[in-house]
Amino acid sequence: MMNQLPFIIFSFIAILMALGTITARNPVYSVLCLILTFFALSGHYVLLNAQFIAVVNMIVYAGAIMVLFLFVLMLLNLNKETEPAKSYLWQIGGAIAAGLVLVTLAGALKGASDFMVKGGPEASGIGLVKNLGKVLFTDFVVPFEISSILFLAAMVGAVFIGKREKQEGGSNA
Amino acid sequence: MNAESLTPIDQYIYLSSLLFCIGMAGVLLRRNAIVILMCIELMLNAVNLLFVSLSTYMGDATGQIFVFFIMVVAAAEASVGLAILVMVYRNTRSTDISFLDKLKN
Repeated sequence: MMNQLPFIIFSFIAILMALGTITARNPVYSVLCLILTFFALSGHYVLLNAQFIAVVNMIVYAGAIMVLFLFVLMLLNLNKETEPAKSYLWQIGGAIAAGLVLVTLAGALKGASDFMVKGGPEASGIGLVKNLGKVLFTDFVVPFEISSILFLAAMVGAVFIGKREKQEGGSNA
Repeated sequence: MNAESLTPIDQYIYLSSLLFCIGMAGVLLRRNAIVILMCIELMLNAVNLLFVSLSTYMGDATGQIFVFFIMVVAAAEASVGLAILVMVYRNTRSTDISFLDKLKN
Protein backbone atom coordinates (compact mmCIF):
# COMPACT_ATOMS: atom_id res chain seq x y z
CA MET A 1 0.00 0.00 0.00
CA MET A 2 2.81 2.36 0.88
CA ASN A 3 4.50 2.17 -2.50
CA GLN A 4 1.17 2.83 -4.15
CA LEU A 5 1.02 6.23 -2.51
CA PRO A 6 2.52 8.17 -5.48
CA PHE A 7 0.07 6.47 -7.81
CA ILE A 8 -2.86 7.45 -5.61
CA ILE A 9 -1.68 11.04 -5.28
CA PHE A 10 -1.10 11.49 -9.02
CA SER A 11 -4.42 9.82 -9.85
CA PHE A 12 -6.24 12.04 -7.41
CA ILE A 13 -4.70 15.18 -8.90
CA ALA A 14 -5.40 14.00 -12.46
CA ILE A 15 -9.05 13.16 -11.87
CA LEU A 16 -9.74 16.26 -9.80
CA MET A 17 -8.14 18.57 -12.33
CA ALA A 18 -9.89 16.83 -15.24
CA LEU A 19 -13.19 17.46 -13.50
CA GLY A 20 -12.09 21.04 -12.96
CA THR A 21 -11.38 21.34 -16.69
CA ILE A 22 -14.91 20.45 -17.68
CA THR A 23 -16.66 22.32 -14.89
CA ALA A 24 -14.80 25.64 -14.75
CA ARG A 25 -16.90 28.44 -16.22
CA ASN A 26 -13.90 30.54 -17.16
CA PRO A 27 -11.90 28.99 -20.04
CA VAL A 28 -8.61 30.23 -18.58
CA TYR A 29 -9.21 28.15 -15.45
CA SER A 30 -10.00 25.21 -17.72
CA VAL A 31 -6.61 25.57 -19.42
CA LEU A 32 -4.77 25.81 -16.10
CA CYS A 33 -6.57 22.73 -14.74
CA LEU A 34 -5.72 20.82 -17.90
CA ILE A 35 -2.04 21.76 -17.54
CA LEU A 36 -2.08 20.35 -14.00
CA THR A 37 -3.73 17.18 -15.34
CA PHE A 38 -0.89 16.82 -17.83
CA PHE A 39 1.68 17.27 -15.08
CA ALA A 40 -0.01 14.55 -13.05
CA LEU A 41 0.05 12.27 -16.09
CA SER A 42 3.75 13.02 -16.52
CA GLY A 43 4.19 11.85 -12.95
CA HIS A 44 2.41 8.65 -13.89
CA TYR A 45 4.78 8.17 -16.80
CA VAL A 46 7.77 8.56 -14.49
CA LEU A 47 6.25 5.95 -12.17
CA LEU A 48 5.88 3.67 -15.20
CA ASN A 49 9.58 4.06 -16.10
CA ALA A 50 8.76 5.98 -19.28
CA GLN A 51 11.04 8.92 -18.62
CA PHE A 52 11.31 10.09 -22.21
CA ILE A 53 7.54 10.14 -22.69
CA ALA A 54 7.20 12.00 -19.38
CA VAL A 55 9.56 14.76 -20.47
CA VAL A 56 8.08 14.98 -23.97
CA ASN A 57 4.58 15.11 -22.49
CA MET A 58 5.59 18.00 -20.29
CA ILE A 59 7.32 19.90 -23.10
CA VAL A 60 4.84 19.28 -25.90
CA TYR A 61 1.53 19.29 -24.07
CA ALA A 62 2.02 21.54 -21.08
CA GLY A 63 4.62 23.68 -22.81
CA ALA A 64 3.46 24.05 -26.39
CA ILE A 65 -0.13 23.01 -26.94
CA MET A 66 -1.54 24.54 -23.78
CA VAL A 67 0.37 27.78 -24.34
CA LEU A 68 -1.20 27.86 -27.80
CA PHE A 69 -4.63 27.52 -26.21
CA LEU A 70 -3.83 30.26 -23.71
CA PHE A 71 -2.60 32.53 -26.50
CA VAL A 72 -5.81 32.09 -28.45
CA LEU A 73 -7.93 32.68 -25.34
CA MET A 74 -6.06 35.84 -24.47
CA LEU A 75 -5.87 37.17 -28.02
CA LEU A 76 -9.57 36.67 -28.63
CA ASN A 77 -10.28 38.12 -25.19
CA LEU A 78 -12.39 35.14 -24.22
CA ASN A 79 -11.44 35.10 -20.55
CA LYS A 80 -14.95 35.95 -19.48
CA GLU A 81 -17.64 33.73 -18.09
CA THR A 82 -20.13 34.35 -20.86
CA GLU A 83 -20.83 30.78 -21.85
CA PRO A 84 -24.53 29.97 -21.67
CA ALA A 85 -25.21 26.56 -20.20
CA LYS A 86 -26.74 23.84 -22.28
CA SER A 87 -30.26 22.83 -21.48
CA TYR A 88 -30.91 20.62 -18.51
CA LEU A 89 -31.93 17.70 -20.71
CA TRP A 90 -28.66 17.93 -22.65
CA GLN A 91 -26.63 17.89 -19.44
CA ILE A 92 -28.42 14.86 -18.05
CA GLY A 93 -28.08 13.07 -21.39
CA GLY A 94 -24.39 13.86 -21.69
CA ALA A 95 -23.64 12.74 -18.16
CA ILE A 96 -25.58 9.49 -18.65
CA ALA A 97 -23.83 8.80 -21.97
CA ALA A 98 -20.38 9.35 -20.48
CA GLY A 99 -21.24 7.20 -17.46
CA LEU A 100 -22.47 4.39 -19.68
CA VAL A 101 -19.27 4.49 -21.70
CA LEU A 102 -17.31 4.33 -18.45
CA VAL A 103 -19.26 1.28 -17.28
CA THR A 104 -18.83 -0.39 -20.66
CA LEU A 105 -15.10 0.29 -20.79
CA ALA A 106 -14.52 -0.89 -17.24
CA GLY A 107 -16.55 -4.02 -17.83
CA ALA A 108 -14.84 -4.82 -21.11
CA LEU A 109 -11.34 -4.30 -19.70
CA LYS A 110 -11.99 -6.08 -16.40
CA GLY A 111 -10.30 -9.34 -17.31
CA ALA A 112 -7.58 -7.74 -19.40
CA SER A 113 -4.91 -8.13 -16.75
CA ASP A 114 -5.03 -11.91 -17.14
CA PHE A 115 -3.45 -11.55 -20.55
CA MET A 116 -0.65 -9.29 -19.39
CA VAL A 117 2.82 -10.68 -19.95
CA LYS A 118 5.22 -9.62 -17.27
CA GLY A 119 8.17 -7.72 -18.67
CA GLY A 120 11.57 -9.32 -18.64
CA PRO A 121 14.47 -8.07 -16.53
CA GLU A 122 15.63 -5.79 -19.33
CA ALA A 123 12.21 -4.18 -19.47
CA SER A 124 13.17 -1.44 -17.02
CA GLY A 125 15.24 0.40 -19.62
CA ILE A 126 12.45 0.45 -22.17
CA GLY A 127 11.44 4.06 -21.73
CA LEU A 128 14.91 5.54 -22.01
CA VAL A 129 15.92 7.71 -24.95
CA LYS A 130 18.49 5.20 -26.20
CA ASN A 131 16.07 2.31 -26.53
CA LEU A 132 13.15 4.38 -27.84
CA GLY A 133 15.36 6.11 -30.40
CA LYS A 134 16.64 2.78 -31.64
CA VAL A 135 13.09 1.48 -32.11
CA LEU A 136 11.85 4.74 -33.61
CA PHE A 137 14.60 5.01 -36.21
CA THR A 138 14.65 1.36 -37.25
CA ASP A 139 11.14 -0.10 -37.12
CA PHE A 140 9.17 3.13 -37.31
CA VAL A 141 11.27 5.32 -39.54
CA VAL A 142 8.64 5.54 -42.32
CA PRO A 143 5.81 6.67 -39.99
CA PHE A 144 8.27 9.13 -38.49
CA GLU A 145 8.94 10.72 -41.88
CA ILE A 146 5.23 10.70 -42.72
CA SER A 147 4.51 12.52 -39.47
CA SER A 148 6.92 15.25 -40.53
CA ILE A 149 4.88 15.68 -43.72
CA LEU A 150 1.75 15.80 -41.57
CA PHE A 151 3.29 18.59 -39.50
CA LEU A 152 4.20 20.53 -42.62
CA ALA A 153 0.67 20.16 -43.97
CA ALA A 154 -0.81 21.20 -40.61
CA MET A 155 1.45 24.24 -40.47
CA VAL A 156 0.60 25.38 -43.99
CA GLY A 157 -3.08 24.73 -43.33
CA ALA A 158 -3.10 26.65 -40.06
CA VAL A 159 -1.33 29.64 -41.61
CA PHE A 160 -3.64 29.61 -44.60
CA ILE A 161 -6.82 29.30 -42.55
CA GLY A 162 -5.76 31.96 -40.11
CA LYS A 163 -4.75 34.41 -42.81
CA ARG A 164 -6.98 37.44 -43.11
CA GLU A 165 -8.46 38.00 -46.54
CA LYS A 166 -7.12 41.13 -48.21
CA GLN A 167 -10.38 42.12 -49.93
CA GLU A 168 -12.54 42.50 -46.85
CA GLY A 169 -9.79 43.38 -44.41
CA GLY A 170 -11.57 46.48 -43.14
CA SER A 171 -14.98 44.99 -42.60
CA ASN A 172 -14.18 42.16 -40.21
CA ALA A 173 -11.69 44.12 -38.11
CA MET B 1 7.77 -5.33 -13.89
CA ASN B 2 10.16 -3.91 -11.38
CA ALA B 3 10.06 -2.65 -7.86
CA GLU B 4 8.80 0.88 -8.50
CA SER B 5 5.69 -0.07 -10.43
CA LEU B 6 3.90 -2.44 -8.12
CA THR B 7 0.56 -0.90 -8.97
CA PRO B 8 -1.68 -3.47 -10.66
CA ILE B 9 -2.38 -2.83 -14.32
CA ASP B 10 -6.11 -2.83 -13.55
CA GLN B 11 -5.82 0.47 -11.75
CA TYR B 12 -4.18 2.13 -14.73
CA ILE B 13 -6.93 0.76 -16.97
CA TYR B 14 -9.62 2.16 -14.70
CA LEU B 15 -7.86 5.49 -14.33
CA SER B 16 -7.51 5.99 -18.07
CA SER B 17 -11.11 4.89 -18.66
CA LEU B 18 -12.25 7.44 -16.12
CA LEU B 19 -10.17 10.23 -17.65
CA PHE B 20 -11.46 9.33 -21.11
CA CYS B 21 -15.06 9.48 -19.91
CA ILE B 22 -14.49 12.79 -18.16
CA GLY B 23 -13.18 14.17 -21.44
CA MET B 24 -16.17 12.74 -23.28
CA ALA B 25 -18.57 14.29 -20.78
CA GLY B 26 -16.82 17.61 -21.34
CA VAL B 27 -17.28 17.36 -25.11
CA LEU B 28 -20.97 16.59 -24.61
CA LEU B 29 -21.68 19.16 -21.92
CA ARG B 30 -19.77 22.26 -22.91
CA ARG B 31 -20.61 24.76 -25.64
CA ASN B 32 -17.38 26.70 -25.82
CA ALA B 33 -15.41 25.34 -28.76
CA ILE B 34 -12.04 25.93 -27.07
CA VAL B 35 -13.08 23.87 -24.06
CA ILE B 36 -14.29 21.13 -26.40
CA LEU B 37 -10.87 21.07 -28.08
CA MET B 38 -9.23 20.83 -24.65
CA CYS B 39 -11.50 17.92 -23.73
CA ILE B 40 -10.37 16.14 -26.90
CA GLU B 41 -6.79 16.63 -25.73
CA LEU B 42 -7.78 15.12 -22.41
CA MET B 43 -9.23 12.06 -24.14
CA LEU B 44 -6.06 11.65 -26.19
CA ASN B 45 -4.03 11.82 -23.00
CA ALA B 46 -6.13 9.14 -21.35
CA VAL B 47 -5.35 6.86 -24.28
CA ASN B 48 -1.67 7.80 -23.98
CA LEU B 49 -1.68 6.72 -20.34
CA LEU B 50 -3.16 3.35 -21.27
CA PHE B 51 -0.57 2.90 -24.03
CA VAL B 52 2.35 3.69 -21.73
CA SER B 53 1.13 1.49 -18.90
CA LEU B 54 0.54 -1.49 -21.19
CA SER B 55 3.88 -0.88 -22.87
CA THR B 56 5.67 -0.99 -19.54
CA TYR B 57 3.81 -4.00 -18.21
CA MET B 58 4.30 -6.03 -21.39
CA GLY B 59 7.92 -5.05 -21.87
CA ASP B 60 7.38 -3.74 -25.39
CA ALA B 61 8.52 -0.32 -26.57
CA THR B 62 5.99 -0.09 -29.41
CA GLY B 63 3.33 1.43 -27.18
CA GLN B 64 5.58 4.32 -26.26
CA ILE B 65 6.37 4.96 -29.93
CA PHE B 66 2.63 5.11 -30.56
CA VAL B 67 2.30 7.69 -27.78
CA PHE B 68 4.90 9.70 -29.62
CA PHE B 69 2.81 9.63 -32.80
CA ILE B 70 -0.37 10.45 -30.90
CA MET B 71 1.38 13.55 -29.58
CA VAL B 72 2.29 14.50 -33.16
CA VAL B 73 -1.32 14.15 -34.26
CA ALA B 74 -2.55 16.05 -31.20
CA ALA B 75 -0.23 18.96 -31.90
CA ALA B 76 -1.31 19.14 -35.54
CA GLU B 77 -4.95 18.87 -34.55
CA ALA B 78 -4.66 21.61 -31.95
CA SER B 79 -2.96 24.03 -34.33
CA VAL B 80 -5.44 23.53 -37.18
CA GLY B 81 -8.43 23.46 -34.82
CA LEU B 82 -7.41 26.71 -33.18
CA ALA B 83 -6.86 28.33 -36.56
CA ILE B 84 -10.38 27.33 -37.61
CA LEU B 85 -11.67 28.60 -34.28
CA VAL B 86 -10.01 32.00 -34.74
CA MET B 87 -11.62 32.20 -38.18
CA VAL B 88 -15.04 31.31 -36.74
CA TYR B 89 -14.62 33.92 -34.03
CA ARG B 90 -13.71 36.53 -36.60
CA ASN B 91 -16.90 35.86 -38.54
CA THR B 92 -19.43 35.26 -35.76
CA ARG B 93 -17.87 37.13 -32.80
CA SER B 94 -18.37 34.06 -30.65
CA THR B 95 -16.89 30.63 -29.99
CA ASP B 96 -20.22 29.10 -29.09
CA ILE B 97 -20.48 25.81 -30.92
CA SER B 98 -24.26 26.06 -31.24
CA PHE B 99 -23.93 28.94 -33.71
CA LEU B 100 -22.45 26.51 -36.18
CA ASP B 101 -25.69 24.81 -37.18
CA LYS B 102 -26.08 26.47 -40.56
CA LEU B 103 -26.03 23.09 -42.29
CA LYS B 104 -29.22 22.17 -40.45
CA ASN B 105 -32.35 22.35 -42.62
